[in-house]
Order: sequence, then C-alpha cells, then structure tokens
Amino acid sequence: MNQYKEELNPETNQDQLLQEMTQSDYKYGFVTDIESDTIEKGLSEETVRLISGKKNEPAWMLEFRLKAYRHWLTLPLPTWPHLTIPEIDYQDIIYYSAPKQKKSLSSLDEVDPELLDTFNKLGIPLDEQKLLTGVAVDAVMDSVSVKTTFKKNLADLGIIFCSFSEAVQEYPDLVKKYMGTVVPYRDNYYAALNSAVFSDGSFVYIPKGVRCPMELSTYFRINAANTGQFERTLIVADDNAYVSYLEGCTAPMRDENQLHAAIVEIIAMDHASVKYSTVQNWYPGDKEGKGGIYNFVTKRGMCKGVHSKISWTQVETGSAVTWKYPSCILRGDHSVGEFYSVAVTNNYQQADTGSKMIHIGKNTKSTIVSKGISAGRSQNSYRGLVRVARNADNARNFSQCDSLLLGDKCGAHTFPYLEVDNQSAIVEHEATTSKIGEDQIFYCNQRGISTEDAIGLIVNGYAKEVLNQLPMEFAVEAQKLLQISLEGSVG
Amino acid sequence: MLKIVNLKAAINGKEILKGLNLEVKPGEVHAIMGPNGSGKSTLAAVLAGREIFEVTEGQIMFEGKDLTTLSPEDRAREGIFLGFQYPIEIPGVSMNNFMKTAVNEVRKYRGLTPLTAGEFLKMMREKKELVEIDSKLTNRSVNEGFSGGEKKKNEIFQMAMLEPKLAILDETDSGLDIDALRIVANGVNKLKSSENAVIVITHYQRLLDYIVPDFVHVLYNGQIVRSAGKELAYELEEKGYDWIKKEVDQLEAN
Repeated sequence: MNQYKEELNPETNQDQLLQEMTQSDYKYGFVTDIESDTIEKGLSEETVRLISGKKNEPAWMLEFRLKAYRHWLTLPLPTWPHLTIPEIDYQDIIYYSAPKQKKSLSSLDEVDPELLDTFNKLGIPLDEQKLLTGVAVDAVMDSVSVKTTFKKNLADLGIIFCSFSEAVQEYPDLVKKYMGTVVPYRDNYYAALNSAVFSDGSFVYIPKGVRCPMELSTYFRINAANTGQFERTLIVADDNAYVSYLEGCTAPMRDENQLHAAIVEIIAMDHASVKYSTVQNWYPGDKEGKGGIYNFVTKRGMCKGVHSKISWTQVETGSAVTWKYPSCILRGDHSVGEFYSVAVTNNYQQADTGSKMIHIGKNTKSTIVSKGISAGRSQNSYRGLVRVARNADNARNFSQCDSLLLGDKCGAHTFPYLEVDNQSAIVEHEATTSKIGEDQIFYCNQRGISTEDAIGLIVNGYAKEVLNQLPMEFAVEAQKLLQISLEGSVG
Repeated sequence: MLKIVNLKAAINGKEILKGLNLEVKPGEVHAIMGPNGSGKSTLAAVLAGREIFEVTEGQIMFEGKDLTTLSPEDRAREGIFLGFQYPIEIPGVSMNNFMKTAVNEVRKYRGLTPLTAGEFLKMMREKKELVEIDSKLTNRSVNEGFSGGEKKKNEIFQMAMLEPKLAILDETDSGLDIDALRIVANGVNKLKSSENAVIVITHYQRLLDYIVPDFVHVLYNGQIVRSAGKELAYELEEKGYDWIKKEVDQLEAN
C-alpha cells in the first residue's frame, strides 16, 4: 500500500530520500515500543533498596550500594573537566527500567520478539546461528541483560560470561572478592553514583590457563525515556588467561539529555592478558546540540600479576558529553598497559577523555596513543596522567596525542600530567595538531573522490594506528562510523 | 572535446577571466603561456571546478556536457585531470589506498566493476615503469615529505593511472631540474594518443622542447590574445611579453 502511494507521487519519494540522507548520521535513533517495568523518578535510599529488591540481591550487595549512596551524598560535583554541562537534576531521572519479559529464559523462543527485532535492527542478532562466528554477546537494554549467547560453549572451558545480576546470584564469592577493588565506590562522583544504583552489565571470569576462543561482547542499548543507564562490568582473567572483549552502545534520538554512568573493572593476574575495545556510539544530540547522552564512565584495569597486560582501545563517536579515562594500574612487575583512542566530536559534542597509567611495579611499560578529531562547534580534550611511583624502577611510558581539526569553529585541547618519582623512568610525550584543509579535499575531488569519501580516507588514515588495534570484525564498522560521524562537517 | 566560449570568471568579485575562448580537439597538445597574473592558473582551476572561482558568464562544454553544472569529482570522472602546480600533501593516506579509491570511483562512474587487488597492483606496477617513478614513492603517504620533483612526477603517475581524456598540466615544469623535467615530459608523451588531449600551462619554452605543442596561446589580462603554432613559443622566449602587451593595450585604447 505504502509502496503504491510512493510510486504515484514521486515528490514524496524524493522527500523521503532527502530525509533519509540528512538523517543518515544517526541510524540507531529509533525507539522500541515495549512494555517496561519502570520505577518512579527520583533518588533516595528507598530507590537504592527498591533496585536491590527488584534484583533479589543478597544483603552484602545492598550494604555496598547503601554505603556508596551515602558517600555520594557527601561529594561535590567534579568541575575540573573542560566541559560545559548544564546542571543535572538527579531527582528527575528514572534509575530502573526493565523491558518486561518472562522470568528465566531457557531458549531464544522466550525472548520477546520486539526485543529480538531491536537488536536485529542494531545489527546484533541474538540468534547464535546468525551471529558473527566467534563472537559471544551479552545484550543489555536499559537496566537489564536481555540475553547472553554462547554461554554453554564457554562454560565447557570454565569461562563465565553472564549478566552482572546473574553473577551476583550464581557466583557471589567471585563478585565479592573483586568488585570495587579496582574502582572503589569512593573513587569519584559518578563511580559512587553507579555503585549505589547500578542495574546490570556483564561479568567475565577466565580461569587459569584458558585462552578465550571467541570475542566476548556486550551491547548496551538505552531505550526508555528519562532513564539513566548505570551498568557495571567486571572482568577477571586468572593466571595465564587471555580474553578480548568488546562493548558497543547506542540510544534513541531524544530531545532531552540522558545520563549514562558506568563502571568497568578489569583484573589481570600473572601472565594474563585482557584486551578491551569500545565502539561508543551513544546518540550525540542533534545538529543544534539538543539532546544526547551524557557519558560519564570510570574504566580501570589492574595489572595485578607479573607480566600481565591490559589494553584499552576506544572509538568514541557518540554522546553529547564524554568524560572518561580508561586507565591501568601496573602493579605487577613487568606488566604492560596500553591505551589507544580515537575520539570524534562534531556539531556541539564535547569530549574530555584520555587515560591514566600508574606505574607501581618494576619494569612496567605503558603506551598511550590518542587521536582526537574535532569538527563543527565541538570541543575535544585529551587529559592523561602518567605516574611513576618511587619503587617502579625502569618504568617506561610513551604517549602520543594528536589532534585533527575540521573547520575553524571547533577546539582541541591537551592536558598531559606527569608525576615521576623514580629516576630510572623514561617518559616520552609527543603531540601534534593538524587540519583537514579545503585544498586536501579538492585534491581528492580532482581525482574523482567525493568529499565524503575524501574525509573518510583522511580520517581513517589519521586514525589507522588505533583502528588496527580493533578486532577485525569491528574495525570495518568503526571505519564507517568515523566517516558517518563527520558527514557534512566540511565545505 | 573541449569548447570554451566567452568564459568569464571571478574570485571574490574580482574578474580574472574576461571572455576567454578556446577549443581543444582529441589528439592535440595546447600550450598556454602568458605573463604572471594573466589568469593561467585560474583557467586550470575553473576547468577543474574549484569552488572559490565563480563562473559569471560563458560556456564550457566538454564532450557535449556543460562542465559548469558538474561537481569537481564528476569532472574528474568524466576524464578531466589537473596536474597541480603545488601538489597537496595528505598525511596518513597511502598512495596505494588513495589511487585505488580514485581509480575505482572513476570506474564506477563509467559503469565498470572495481579492480581486484591483483589487477590494481599490476596496473600500479606498469604505470610506475611507464612514467619512471621510484617504486617506493607509492608506499608512502600522498605527497608527504616528497621533494618538489617527486611531487611533480607523482602527478604524472596519477595521470597515467587515471587515463584522462583531457589533462591540464599547471606549471608542471616549475621547480624541476633538467633530469626530472625530461622524465615528466617523457611520461606525458607516452600517455599521449589520438583520443586524448593535453593543455600545458607554462612560463617557459623549455618544457615545450620536450612536449611539443600543436598550438601555443598567449593569455593576457584574462583573454587569449594570440594563438599560433609552436614557433610562437620561441618568439616569446626571445622577445618576452611586452610587445604583445603593447599591441593589445593599443588595440583596446583604440
């Protein structure tokens, strides 16, 4: 019927095409119409108890939440980032919203078709047969995990990959032992908030000597309006274990800002290696800067064991405001920390992002490669700390932060902090700033390359070093994402 | 192939081309000479579609199409190539990747399938030999850290890869030593056929010893004021431009 109408009226057709073209910058902006179990707006001890109750949590967990909440009340809002954020009314946020579905799911047939459809549209089929081979997915919508795939195959190797809520019920000892040891609830404002009201997230445990055979991935989706998402992820790699983990995130286009305050903790024991990749594509707000996600995230890894390694790779294209510093505490001797980042800001987006490398053990090594790309009227800041403790003999750090500017209304800023307390340390910092010039674009045009493709080429060339760190399946996706995020930003 | 009629073009409201006429047929080599500021580079930029120049009057027809309605990339895909006076550096983008994108975009426009990796590499190899450029140049980022001579050779290499119908070489000889000049000119000569055409913009007769033009035009004050065979280039080399300027100015005064 619809199609018939379109054929009759070529003008409508054209309008639609035009609309599709101009809105192509954010294709994940749809809303799923699904019945949700949502609590009232507002935050109090009562809210914390309610969330804990809904999850049927043990007393120790509620205790942890309440301690965090009480601590949060005493904290002032952080004002040091290079960000302009309108005051957030924490009483005007819904802290728990779960798509309604049957209690325990034993097969995919029991997942609400609306939900399956949502994740299909996002390119994340939850049907194991249709999934990218070699990738296991935990899908989180608003406050709960919807489905985790390949659980059984992984369990055969002793690997635990499940939602955080499930881990609290099934593996309380592991959760109790590690939760909050890398990011204590006292760490910062948003970490305290998250520790009080976190809803779901992923839990990963790789036992001794196991190399996880597939990519583990969590896909976060904010759907409900006025809802904050507070997820918590905990990854533990025991001695000689290896895992590569990827998270992706999207949200509908809404006029009001939504808060996302997550915590990720990683622990790597002796000779263990964890690779954590993020493709962050939360809704960035519209071209006038209306709406979008506030992405305030604390991500930190602890290289606890000797020769352990934690590597962060992030491609940040979304969110109205990003505040995040994936960090490594290099406690084990000979441990290695890495941070590779591409952060794109366009229109009115703001990002204050970077890394912290804390060298404590001897012969520890860290690398920071940060590539900022600013367009439109956006502000993009790199903020990084390299600290070498007194006993961290022979620590070595190399930091490189590059900024690429498109147009002349955006800003790029670099705030490197160095605290070196050991004479034997070698710390290097390199920084560059460059611009995509009209003449570069024209040069490409003259060789038959469109402006959009030219920007894609230049930006991807610039970010190559970081994109190369991503797992293959996602590198291509990330390349496209970079190009789309910058559409219309030149000329 | 190319027919320019009464072309007027301006930048920031200032008229540079003031009624230019030129016709180029397949198989021909045209040289455009003229004193500084006469509008030579503007003509090249206008043909390639640089947006800062505004075409205020006149017509540019290329293979029966009105060029002024086409975007710069579509002009390139139609077969117009501009050899830049100052080739642009694009850090981070490998020559390989750049050329592959360009060649395949042009092929797509012409309804051809993209080249496979093997076909593309073979083409790269052949063209590199043809224009005698150092094989290592294509492993680097586009023009990044290239010497002046390498940049110009790279322009001719790209021309060889894209196989244009009409190549406009904007002062390709400037900044070249005699060996590089010979290599560049040889490249252009090897690419010449009865189906394509070349417009060479130059200040010096020197280049025209190697790339022999069928026509030499003198551009002065935004118009072509004199056209003749290659002997005109020698005359200019000997006498300079003043005599032409005088003649033209006198004509206008009358």
